[in-house]
Amino acid sequence: MPIHDQGYRRYTGTRLPHSRTWRAIARSGVQSMLRRRAFVALVIVSWLPFIVRAVQLYAAANLPQVPFLAPTAETFRQFLGQQETFLFFVTVYAGAGLIANDRRVNALQIYLSRPLTRMDYILGKLAALLALVLFVTWVPAVLLVAVQVLFSGSSAFVLENMRVLPAITVLTGFEAVIVSLAMLALSSLSKSSRFVGILYAALLFFTQAITVVLRAVMGERGLAWLSVTDSLTQVGDAIFGLPLSYESSVLLCFVSLLAIAAVSVAVLNRRVRGVEVVA
Amino acid sequence: MSELAGSASPPSADGKEAVITLEQVTVQYGQQAVLREVSAVFPTGAVGLLGPNGAGKSTLIRSLLGLITPTSGRMRVLGHDVAHAPVEIRARVGYMPESDAYMPGMNAVSCVAYCGELAGLPAADAMQRAHEMLFYVGLGDVRYRAVETYSTGMKQRLKLAQALVHDPDLVFLDEPTNGMDPRGRDEMLSLVYDLAHRKGVNVILSSHLLPDVEQTCDHVIVMYKGRVVTHGPMAELKQPRGQVFELRVKAPRGQDAFRERLTAAGLLPHRPATDEGENPEPSAETPGCRSDRAEPGDDEIIRVLVPGHGGARDLFTVAASAGVQVRHLRPSVVTLDDVFARAVGDTEGTR
Repeated sequence: MPIHDQGYRRYTGTRLPHSRTWRAIARSGVQSMLRRRAFVALVIVSWLPFIVRAVQLYAAANLPQVPFLAPTAETFRQFLGQQETFLFFVTVYAGAGLIANDRRVNALQIYLSRPLTRMDYILGKLAALLALVLFVTWVPAVLLVAVQVLFSGSSAFVLENMRVLPAITVLTGFEAVIVSLAMLALSSLSKSSRFVGILYAALLFFTQAITVVLRAVMGERGLAWLSVTDSLTQVGDAIFGLPLSYESSVLLCFVSLLAIAAVSVAVLNRRVRGVEVVA
Repeated sequence: MSELAGSASPPSADGKEAVITLEQVTVQYGQQAVLREVSAVFPTGAVGLLGPNGAGKSTLIRSLLGLITPTSGRMRVLGHDVAHAPVEIRARVGYMPESDAYMPGMNAVSCVAYCGELAGLPAADAMQRAHEMLFYVGLGDVRYRAVETYSTGMKQRLKLAQALVHDPDLVFLDEPTNGMDPRGRDEMLSLVYDLAHRKGVNVILSSHLLPDVEQTCDHVIVMYKGRVVTHGPMAELKQPRGQVFELRVKAPRGQDAFRERLTAAGLLPHRPATDEGENPEPSAETPGCRSDRAEPGDDEIIRVLVPGHGGARDLFTVAASAGVQVRHLRPSVVTLDDVFARAVGDTEGTR
């Protein structure tokens, strides 16, 4: 008997519904990142501000000599602002290759020849990136609130600042969705993850540079809607109910970010296909 | 299989249950029609989808998977309409693409297991099946190696493993022996034969290599320029509708001129497929004749299909009128090579 006769048998086990396959894609995406030491190191570094803030909260709760360290809603907003740097690096590192690498090795036709739709594929990739991004924004921010309650020994701060927890969730969620969609869209445009990373950085820095130049020329502090990062800052300030950083309409910034998301979805819809047809 | 195919599938011409039914399927890329009103019924078992490069074989497979939407026509796979239930179909079929395709950054066992999970297998079952499939295709010893380090032949086997991991009822193999050495090719064809004839998996083998199809399939569908030019059980197609001769000639005006005379006389000359499995790539000018090789010498053997009952006499008549000496003439049996040449010749002749 040939050796291969011993290897193939029909499968009689259970089959999961296709609506759950996006989870397998998401899990695989997260696991592949966590296997990379450089990424784990990046995540560890991105949690350093959390430790610094935790020390601040401990000092504020236990040392009456430093009342200026007492937390406010702005403390958490500032913390999220600091995390934006890590958000950028995590998004580039984890997101640039998510679709680009699949395109490089023609994996899309394997994915899409399985019982899943293009939507399942995009959802799986998006979920992987969202999970990684939220791990350096939402998770430490929420933990920081918990640490504050723990160190102070009361939930007075949370009760007095009822807006903080929802604001953290809404802002980090919105931010994560926008940057993840933009990154996935860029990732679907190329087969090179490095090129995608450069494109993403260019998108942020170029819009920022244009805004800065126009502000200098026009002598005003508006135009935040032209810059992705400024728009996020402006929307974040509004969500936290804090004074706005720029003299721009929050609605305009919000619409600007939604437009980026819409364009990203359109790009993904066009680019994520099992077969590329060049007519 | 009969239960899976469902009552919605009509029987094929030879009475077998149909796995795939195509009705007037047309696929256009822009203004270019790649499939032109293709109608065919694929029976159970191993079916060869044969045709030269550009015939539309891969496009047809991708359409059946729902990756390409046809411009018009209707397709049914395993009793499901492709337009309405592509996901249900893909849950029950496996696909081995023609080009290199794998999951990046994984070893073989992770890659195949992941493909199993994508097909709906629970993670533990998918991992177990991945090991089994990699042993089955002959990659058991190297299953923990990164896929990126695999040779072309190993990647072909890996693609077969990922196509089988979820135990499909039907598997599409698009040029499965591409880039494989002779030994690897034989092993791959043995696996394909084994799947179709001993494991109960329906196989659609797309190839431009006549020997591959002849060795593994019971039924063949020949495509040419986006059309199905002939189809049927292999044995039936190879029934002689005329006689096949192998001959060697001395042609003062060259063999091409002689072949043109043969073609003009209604005979179908072509060169035999080589051991490497090359088939006669027909040209528009001389149907059934290869166009991508150097001019043959006088020692070149030409196979000629002589329709009707004229036999060798017809051949000698044409040779005499062309001033060609027949140095060697031997009756032969009909091969798939001849079937292909005849089908393509008929198609060209009707235009």
